[in-house]
Amino acid sequence: MTGPIDPTIPAISFIDVRRYFDEVKAVDGVDLDIYDGEFFTLLGPSGSGKTTCLRMIAGFDRPTSGQIRLHGIDVSELPPYDRDVNTVFQDYALFPHMTVAENIAYGLMIRKTPRPERNQRVDEMLELVRLPGLGDRKPSQLSGGQRQRVALARALINRPRVLLLDEPLGALDLKLREQMQIELKNIQVQVGITFVYVTHDQEEALTMSDRLAVFNHGRIEQVGTPSEIYEAPGTSFVAGFVGVSNLVSGASALEITGKSGTFSIRPEKIQISDIHSAIPQGYYSTIGKVSEVVYLGMYTRYLVELEKGGELTVVQQNLNATSMDVLTKRGTMVRLLWDQTHVHVIRED
Amino acid sequence: MIRRLSNFLYLRPTVFLVLMLALPVFWLGVVYFGSLVSLLINSFFYLDDFSGIIVRQFSLRSYSGLFTAANLDIFQRTASMAALVTLMCALLAFPLAYYMARVAGKRLKALLYLSVMLPLWSSYLVRVYSWKLILAKEGIISWLFKTLGMTWLLEGVLNIPVIGGPSLSISSIGIFVVFVYVWLPYMVLPIQAALERVPISLMEASGDLGAKPSQTFRKVTLPLVFPGVVAGSIFTFSLTLGDFIVPTVLGNSSFFIGQAVLSHQGTSGNIPLAAAMTTVPMLIMGIYLTVARKLGAFEAL
Repeated sequence: MTGPIDPTIPAISFIDVRRYFDEVKAVDGVDLDIYDGEFFTLLGPSGSGKTTCLRMIAGFDRPTSGQIRLHGIDVSELPPYDRDVNTVFQDYALFPHMTVAENIAYGLMIRKTPRPERNQRVDEMLELVRLPGLGDRKPSQLSGGQRQRVALARALINRPRVLLLDEPLGALDLKLREQMQIELKNIQVQVGITFVYVTHDQEEALTMSDRLAVFNHGRIEQVGTPSEIYEAPGTSFVAGFVGVSNLVSGASALEITGKSGTFSIRPEKIQISDIHSAIPQGYYSTIGKVSEVVYLGMYTRYLVELEKGGELTVVQQNLNATSMDVLTKRGTMVRLLWDQTHVHVIRED
Repeated sequence: MIRRLSNFLYLRPTVFLVLMLALPVFWLGVVYFGSLVSLLINSFFYLDDFSGIIVRQFSLRSYSGLFTAANLDIFQRTASMAALVTLMCALLAFPLAYYMARVAGKRLKALLYLSVMLPLWSSYLVRVYSWKLILAKEGIISWLFKTLGMTWLLEGVLNIPVIGGPSLSISSIGIFVVFVYVWLPYMVLPIQAALERVPISLMEASGDLGAKPSQTFRKVTLPLVFPGVVAGSIFTFSLTLGDFIVPTVLGNSSFFIGQAVLSHQGTSGNIPLAAAMTTVPMLIMGIYLTVARKLGAFEAL
């Protein structure tokens, strides 16, 4: 299956893929192209179909209908062991009866690669994932982060054209997770292959991906780069799931924008100012009462009740303000201002 | 009242522990271990041949009495039967356990579980005797061979020395079949439990890394389930070693260890020799477990 790479052919294509488990429509009509060398993330809440999509790429699961192509070849009928992809499992799935080196060499051992080459490549992999000298340990003697790296090395040693990662950082603590995010991204750049990454953590998705697809109820809501998804959410679901977003609709929307429909605005784009202050050119504005103030150290979150109904969350950095300053704002009337370009139309009536 | 008792015990975990463990420790220590010690002590006494009285003095005479040609024959017969029964149980149990643990749906699994367990709920003696009828010359198996016009095959097999006999119900084949039948559940259940403990993701990972199902089975499934097979084989092997009912019901005059022990301590009243003979299966089990350990059977535990 390893031919020359044709950049015009997607590494992975989903063509109207559906996967039904009896009544449950886990994946309900997915069309998607992932290109060679991309770090592509499937983002969504649990049960949104992202893991099922990954499992169908790996071959652990088969579509009920539709087609999945790897580098242009329909693989719907191919078993996992005949596909040029490798997987990093959520629970790592390291073989407990083998050493770290044996785990990493597993794919080569199956392919009957000669022992000297096998050993050399295992050492290279241990180097790549920064675990040199740990080859003789058993997986049970490693920490969670180390197991994670072994799982990565075991998948990468086969030099697949696509690496699938199923929430690989889910079991790690925050500090380690942030460190591994950077490391994973570096490794991807270093080996230059396609990474397909499944996560429910929107921050992780935004940090690591070249592009991402947001899943909901077995369908893709939006595909785009992190900044496209964040700055211009296409649906109210994306606006709410990726980052925090204010959705304005009804009378308030009509009052603010002059149009009826649903609009989204990110909390950090809104400025709070004095109720009498002037409205600059190209800005939207409204008046509301501060109902809640949450001081979070680096920044403060305000909840502002609008006169025409609904409320807006506003986040302000604490540039000069102390907690005493911000807390006095509670209960006061304020003017909210934001640049019209930050507003995205979710639905226009 | 109950609340005060609960508080009292909660604050004194040691007292609670002692109360909880007293009975099982007594049972294990005194009843179980004590009888074992008494057995060992008895094995070092001997029966005076002339007076027929047990001499309570330390002696290895009973042990040396084990090494007669007839006894060695019994040990060999019993151990090979136990080994063959264990092997056959493992071969039959593995696919069944695999099906139960990995393939069958909830309802079917419960049904299979029940059918494996069900025989254990009825009397073992009744089941052995019903096999006697099944295997008898006038039984269903002979009838089946006759109907198919293959009586010659059955007779041919029964004419083979050592394993044959006048009919299936008086032959080593019969003993083998019934042993496999009665001990099979003890092999199925540990293997099934071991299979259930192997995460499916390990098998998926193996396939993902290029292994065909047969390779996954050899390299991943079997090594991880092997402790379960060993656990099951400890049951089937030791139960066969000590059993005296099946060979009595279905055998001929060639004794198994259990029968020999029974006749020594019952008929001839030679309790020291019976006790010494009982140490033989223990010794065989000891060797068996050591070999299993050397083979790495317990490493994946």
